Amino acid sequence: MNPATTFVMAAQAILRHKLRAALTALGVVIGVASVIGMVHIGQSAKESVRSQISSLGDNLLMVRPGAGPRGPGGARANAAPFELEDSAAIAAQVDGLTVAPVVNHGALVVWGNVNWPTAVTGTTVEFFEVRQWKLERGRLFEEQEVRSAAPVCVLGATVYNKLFGGGRESIGDTIRVGNVSCQVIGVLTSKQSSMGSDPDDVVVMPLRTVQRRLSGSTDVGMLYLTAPSHQPTASVKKQIEEILRERRRIKPGDDDDFSVMSMDEIAQRVEGTTDTMTALLGSIAAVSLLVGGIGIMNIMLVSVTERTREIGIRMAIGARGREVLTQFLMESIILSTLGGIIGIGLGLGGFAIAADSLGMPFVLIPEIVVFAFFFSAVVGVVFGYVPARKAARLDPMEALRHE
Amino acid sequence: MPAKTPLLTTIDLHKVYGSGDTAVHALRGVNLTLFEGEFVAVMGASGSGKSTFMSLLGALDRPSRGECWLLGIDIARLTRDQRALFRRHYLGFVFQSFNLLSRMTALENVELPLIYRGESRRVRREKAAMTLDLVGLGDRLGHTPAQLSGGQQQRVAIARALVTEPDLILADEPTGNLDSARSAEVMELLVKLQHHRKLSIVMVTHERDMAAYTHRVIWFSDGVVERDGPAAEVLK
Ligand SMILES: Nc1ncnc2c1ncn2[C@@H]1O[C@H](COP(=O)(O)OP(=O)(O)OP(=O)(O)O)[C@@H](O)[C@H]1O
Ligand SMILES: [Mg+2]
Repeated sequence: MNPATTFVMAAQAILRHKLRAALTALGVVIGVASVIGMVHIGQSAKESVRSQISSLGDNLLMVRPGAGPRGPGGARANAAPFELEDSAAIAAQVDGLTVAPVVNHGALVVWGNVNWPTAVTGTTVEFFEVRQWKLERGRLFEEQEVRSAAPVCVLGATVYNKLFGGGRESIGDTIRVGNVSCQVIGVLTSKQSSMGSDPDDVVVMPLRTVQRRLSGSTDVGMLYLTAPSHQPTASVKKQIEEILRERRRIKPGDDDDFSVMSMDEIAQRVEGTTDTMTALLGSIAAVSLLVGGIGIMNIMLVSVTERTREIGIRMAIGARGREVLTQFLMESIILSTLGGIIGIGLGLGGFAIAADSLGMPFVLIPEIVVFAFFFSAVVGVVFGYVPARKAARLDPMEALRHE
Repeated sequence: MPAKTPLLTTIDLHKVYGSGDTAVHALRGVNLTLFEGEFVAVMGASGSGKSTFMSLLGALDRPSRGECWLLGIDIARLTRDQRALFRRHYLGFVFQSFNLLSRMTALENVELPLIYRGESRRVRREKAAMTLDLVGLGDRLGHTPAQLSGGQQQRVAIARALVTEPDLILADEPTGNLDSARSAEVMELLVKLQHHRKLSIVMVTHERDMAAYTHRVIWFSDGVVERDGPAAEVLK
């Protein structure tokens, strides 16, 4: 009997038992859908992090108190914050470096009867250059305003929309940030959003203003720096580390209590995390695919018992064991492959919805789709084999007598 | 009758089911010769070994001892796969309980043996439809067994046995599930087909009326042939 005939015969047998076929394939549908969905979501998350990080600029460095990602976990909590002088010292000692000290502080902003909780970034003029944040309207604050702790603020697009409803002119209006009255001098252009967090939900104010009026200390939370493009970031990083070790009086041989990270390192670290997540979710999904395979085996075994008489008739008519085997194997392969195709569709559909609602890019990974397709066929072979062999080994006389 | 050509010869055929204390000696040395074009009835008390004998002739099972020569082949020595191929190419079966596949139409049921013989779809359709026409069901091709009466179902089964033009048709109580009118119809069909196509048929039956349609009656008793001869003689 040629394969085409076997295929047609198996397909007809499936069509004669539609409900049972649907139930058999269901496990594989769910398994494949979750594998496809999970892996795509993981990859897409990685993609969006990567594009976000590269949009920050390759020569951006971040300095935080506390040990780096590989250091002991408790170190960061105990590490002393920076001071404005650290920032000045680095700027003075490393050639061509732009440094922006930053302090972050959560605050409620109020205009008229509208409230909006947001993040306030206190920083210096250099910040806008280092982060490449562009102005939509109005102006940025100036050197002199930072020094005098002027009550002025530049609004992120989201904050502007929330307070002024988009259309209204706001430049020159006075809003309240925490309990500080503060004049709006500019609005920033909207930036690419990233995985749920909104980079436009921010108010930028002069560093001293935030320190004196909001946080009430002279601490600096972190430093953003851009290395001059002709210098390798690694050597800049080394210089910064030396300066800070000296300023923070770390004995030779002791570990740093701060960390300097380049965008490369941050990207690697985040990608490492998303890879781990993808692997974890993917393996959970793979287990569900396995369960789907066992489901196939289960229902096929029941079906072989149910169809014992049919098998006996086929054998009496002249079907050999191998023809009964290939028929049942073909049935399970068709079912699991169909389940795989439907699962791929559902998985991609679910991913499209998730990507849309989480603001992630829809990145199709053809390899995983092809893999899932063939894997589901393999599931059909592996889990269909035992029931098919059981069918093939039936004794024709006993099978015919089966009620 | 023209000169007889032997079709089947059994030599000291034994069949034992199980082993030890529970062993059942179903056949205890059957020696028989059947001829081409013969219509034979196998009779005997319940448990006398009729169905066992049929399963050996039908290459569905192997004897415990003895030889069974059919078409020049000792089917007692064939492997499982070889027996399947033997059934496929040379034999046709009709069962008491029809044994049609319930989710298939009459046409599909009759096509089934041709599928295993590797016939093309077109040839299958043609032959199956023709054979169903021959058994008087030319207008019921698309009916499933549930939509057919018992007599019609058995005629589909006969068409299925006939469609491959086998050398021997084995029928175990083909009228066992039918009322007397339906039984007579089926028997008349078998006689007609047997006569026109020079078929060789071995049929098990409990009813003398049915056996009376045949040429020769073989009477089993306790696993051996007790009587064997022309129907009219044995049934007297
Ligand atoms: N598969 C089997 N296993 C064990 N014993 C069997 C088996 N098949 C038949 N027998 C026994 O072999 C003997 C002959 O059985 P068989 O079915 O050939 O009788 P039969 O003549 O066809 O009877 P009936 O007229 O009732 O159909 C019986 O005693 C039966 O119990
Ligand atoms: Mg019997």
